[in-house]
Amino acid sequence: MSLIQGAQLQATQPGSAVRRAIARAWPELNSPAAWLVALILVIMPLIANGFFLIEIFATTLILGVIALSLMFLAGYGGMVSLMQLTIAGFAGYMVAVIGVSGNANISMGWPWWLATPMALALATVFGTLGGALAVRTEGIYTIMITLAIGAAFYYFTNQNWAIFNGHTGINTVATPHFLGVNWRSDIPFYYLTLGVAAVCYFAVQYLSRAPFGLALQGVRDNPRRMAALGFNVNAHRVAAYAIASFIAGLGGVLQVWNYRQISPGSVSVGACIDILIIAVVGGITRPIGPFIGAFIFVMLRTFALDFLVKFGLDGNRFRLLIGLGFLAIVFWSSDGVVGLWESWRRRNAPAPTGTNGSRHG
Amino acid sequence: MSRFIERHPAWALITIIAIAVLLWLVVAVWPPGLEAAIGRKRVFLNAVLNGITLGGLYFLVASGFTLIFGLMRNVNLAHGSLYLFGGYVGYAISVWTGSWVLSFVVAFLAVALVGVVLQILVFRRMEGQDLRQTMVTIGLSIVFADLMLWAFGGDFYQIQTPNWLVGPIQLPLITAVKSFGDPVYLQYPLVRLVIFVASVVIGVAMWLALNRTRVGMIVRAGVDDRDILAATGVRIQLVFVLVFALGAGLAGIAGVVGGTFQSISPGEDTRFLLASLVVVIVGGMGSIPGAALGAVIIGLAEQLGSVYIPTYAIVVTFLIMVLVLALRPQGLLARR
Repeated sequence: MSLIQGAQLQATQPGSAVRRAIARAWPELNSPAAWLVALILVIMPLIANGFFLIEIFATTLILGVIALSLMFLAGYGGMVSLMQLTIAGFAGYMVAVIGVSGNANISMGWPWWLATPMALALATVFGTLGGALAVRTEGIYTIMITLAIGAAFYYFTNQNWAIFNGHTGINTVATPHFLGVNWRSDIPFYYLTLGVAAVCYFAVQYLSRAPFGLALQGVRDNPRRMAALGFNVNAHRVAAYAIASFIAGLGGVLQVWNYRQISPGSVSVGACIDILIIAVVGGITRPIGPFIGAFIFVMLRTFALDFLVKFGLDGNRFRLLIGLGFLAIVFWSSDGVVGLWESWRRRNAPAPTGTNGSRHG
Repeated sequence: MSRFIERHPAWALITIIAIAVLLWLVVAVWPPGLEAAIGRKRVFLNAVLNGITLGGLYFLVASGFTLIFGLMRNVNLAHGSLYLFGGYVGYAISVWTGSWVLSFVVAFLAVALVGVVLQILVFRRMEGQDLRQTMVTIGLSIVFADLMLWAFGGDFYQIQTPNWLVGPIQLPLITAVKSFGDPVYLQYPLVRLVIFVASVVIGVAMWLALNRTRVGMIVRAGVDDRDILAATGVRIQLVFVLVFALGAGLAGIAGVVGGTFQSISPGEDTRFLLASLVVVIVGGMGSIPGAALGAVIIGLAEQLGSVYIPTYAIVVTFLIMVLVLALRPQGLLARR
């Protein structure tokens, strides 16, 4: 990873110190591919119709944001948390409970500009508390505890009628209207998700190079050494959970606005695991991974049925396909699709000379 | 035990008082004031017995999980799928042959075989990579769940209880006293008691096998330090395969038990995976007595919770887990 970034840095024209500093902080700005993808994403409403815009791209971006929070925890903090979707779902439920919805006996009817920050704050608190619980143990135990939290939340929403309205969930959740725009109509909603996803992406990218992110990566690699150096290991981990919870909460708010309803099915254990699959298939070492994984996942989920039927197979075996694909990725590539692509590029491109020198310079 | 009392006198006192109160609640005839406050004694006794027998089932599932984890550091998140597979196999056998006992044997063997195949083909290749193994088990659980949905559909199946176990039995526990002085005794389904006794027997047998036999010694040594054990010349891969087979087989047996006193359907795999996770987190990872204690605590909490605070029952279970993690992160009976 650092090798490639070094190569990109070397390729920049010698310019002013400011430009070089910007380039070092945001290597994407120098990659033509990144500009191309950004351009395509911005002009997407001209290319794609409503179905593709919302069902494929907006859904991809939302799932990508939730998976991005897992990537942040797993990639930089070394903590694989299976409760990111639960936090997102909690935020979604809170939007429905605090804001306006069809279930007037449950919803408190606050305006969206009050309900949404409240939901995000509550989701962040919820995720931080869960994280504080999870960091009491290490490594593999984190998965077990976060999975237990996620599953407990699922069963809780199923059996609690007072707040979560049991297994029917909450329907016709109101979506925001302001500045004369209905933000749930296709094109504004697409730009809303794109904006949120871009902000989250660059925030994670920035954090990974900020002192906090570097310390977090140190904690991931060698917690005892970081503790000996005077860093508060647990505080860094809990802070990482807080940030990831906020990101997941954003994804959850967008998701509930997208579907306009939320039910225990949205926070089921299977859905929690889907987020892990998305992040792992995309690659958990870079923030772009979760978005690629989400795109693959959404495409498969949408088109696997037609695809399987075309080959004379049972169209309902989508989850089998997902599971096998996930197994294949775990078996053959430790870094998902991003890792596969990078190793392919490294094999095809002649080895760049002098990268070692530039890394020192 | 005496060391525990010396070290934590306050906790020991609280535990003793709690057990005494529970015993009094079970044995004594309730005064009318208590009945008015928390309902009939029969309801309470049924919930307690349901909780304990459910604990027996949880123990069967979780003991395999904790055994595999303790020795191989492999968090087998496909354990719920093994449970469900055992249930389906047991159902198929009991329908086909009509024999309830045979369904246990076949389910044990079939699921143990799956365990052996998994250990040899999958987990042996990625030894020491905890995270990757866990990811693989997640992938496997998805694949298994979908394959079983494909093969058995989304229906509910219940395994037929054999005739000699059908019907209630009178227990020597007084639920109430009639106005003219006759005591009313508790009626309870025989099959649940038999299954509970069987799971206690299995638990004791496992404890004896682990603590009194040579193989058990090897397994315990492996839990403590598998590298040194391998260095002393024990064929550790063989031990791994055996333990994985045993753990998986226990999950298969539990599937038949679960199919007998509840039912089996898609989604049960997740439920029992969650149960074994919580039981093992509460009891202590890798500890068989811990799994037993955790199973009884969680079973009781779930049943009492669903009787007295129905819409918040799962929260009780969860709070127990949080409490244990906060006070004793390694679990109640873990050694470390």
